Amino acid sequence: MHELSVQMTVNGQARAATVEPRLTLADFLRDACHLTGTHLGCEHGVCGACTVLVDGAAVRSCLMFAVQADSTEVTTIEGIESSDGELSAVQSAFRDCHGLQCGFCTPGFVMTVTAFLRDQPDPTDQEIRHALSGNLCRCTGYQGILKAVHQATGGERET
Amino acid sequence: MKPAPFEYHAPDTPAEAVELLAEFGDGAKVLAGGQSLIPMLALRLAVFEHLVDVGRIADLKGVEHRDQALWVGAGTTQAAVDASADVASAVPLLAKATPLIGHFQIRNRGTVGGSIAHADPAAEYPAVALALDATMSVESPRGRRNIAATDFFDGLWSTSMEADELLVGVSFPIWSGRTGFAVEEFARREGDFAIAGAVIGVELDGDDRIQRCGVALIGLGSTPERAATTEAEVTGRPLGDVEPGELGHLAMAGLESIPEDLHGSAAYRRRVGATMVARAWAAATTEACHA
Repeated sequence: MHELSVQMTVNGQARAATVEPRLTLADFLRDACHLTGTHLGCEHGVCGACTVLVDGAAVRSCLMFAVQADSTEVTTIEGIESSDGELSAVQSAFRDCHGLQCGFCTPGFVMTVTAFLRDQPDPTDQEIRHALSGNLCRCTGYQGILKAVHQATGGERET
Repeated sequence: MKPAPFEYHAPDTPAEAVELLAEFGDGAKVLAGGQSLIPMLALRLAVFEHLVDVGRIADLKGVEHRDQALWVGAGTTQAAVDASADVASAVPLLAKATPLIGHFQIRNRGTVGGSIAHADPAAEYPAVALALDATMSVESPRGRRNIAATDFFDGLWSTSMEADELLVGVSFPIWSGRTGFAVEEFARREGDFAIAGAVIGVELDGDDRIQRCGVALIGLGSTPERAATTEAEVTGRPLGDVEPGELGHLAMAGLESIPEDLHGSAAYRRRVGATMVARAWAAATTEACHA
């Protein structure tokens, strides 16, 4: 099978590689870019652990081939802290509110919540639950995660 | 959990895409948003030698008014449909169904054409296309032709498109007058395929009689199903004569291939389906009365 060259901007840095078409974006990020913060749980689009931003949109990076991401801008969990290394507001909220235990699902949740709050800065509790429904966590029971999202919005709202 | 190797093609126009499909025949598959196809490839439930990625074809994207209908390009993402003011005002049923598809991350990639061409009996868009009498526009090296929704879905994950035909757009009729629309579905977890669901559009005349209605079912057959007998039964009757619960049972009467799996027996799905039809009917007719 023919390998193809791809180039994309990952966390502000230009990346290029020659890849098999079947290489997923997730594997490209982990193996070619050595950005192992993007985690692979199920590898078929169920768990959301591999969520990254492609041209700003949250997507499952296991459900996209690297060749489809050619010429895009990708942001991973490694790219959302501030330039001086401070955690983002969403990351801080997860730490403060016990929004993680083993941490495996956390990069996916943080990327999901980062995109969600950018588009909907003042969500209701119900909207937050809808937004989180595509990410699975087997440790926390989700209550800490919900609390973290509320904290990241700047306070808790009813309904 | 890695797809088998394939050759990748990324044409810039529908004409180039269908040439590739004609050249490779059954060995080729169209890749749109990939949110159903890539899991099937990852699990190796499907293997293709060639994938023709239509994601870079600008002609396939967009929403516009054309001849009393709303044309939605096959490559338009579900997220774009969700954000479209034209969809919300002209085809409210499409707007109501969209947030029920998967999760927002899936809708950022998944497309209208991908969902309809995949023809999953448990998916929302095929049911919406059936209920509204949408028309599919398909292109091949022989030119373009239109296929009515009722002639389009012909089996599990199967359509009446030929191997070298590409779905380029879907034309949704705009219903005007005293209309109401509703989608009801039941799933154990948010974002899962529904155990059963119903999609209903209804139009009332000035005397509260049912002028026309479209009733399509989700997850209740081996192919996207339309409850045509039920539609014929109620059309022309006064709204007050139609009891939603009875309508639900009527819609389940002719179904012969209700799926049965770990999530529920056929009998259970039939009960859930009847309830979903009843709820959708009540919601759609209430909306029509207030329109």
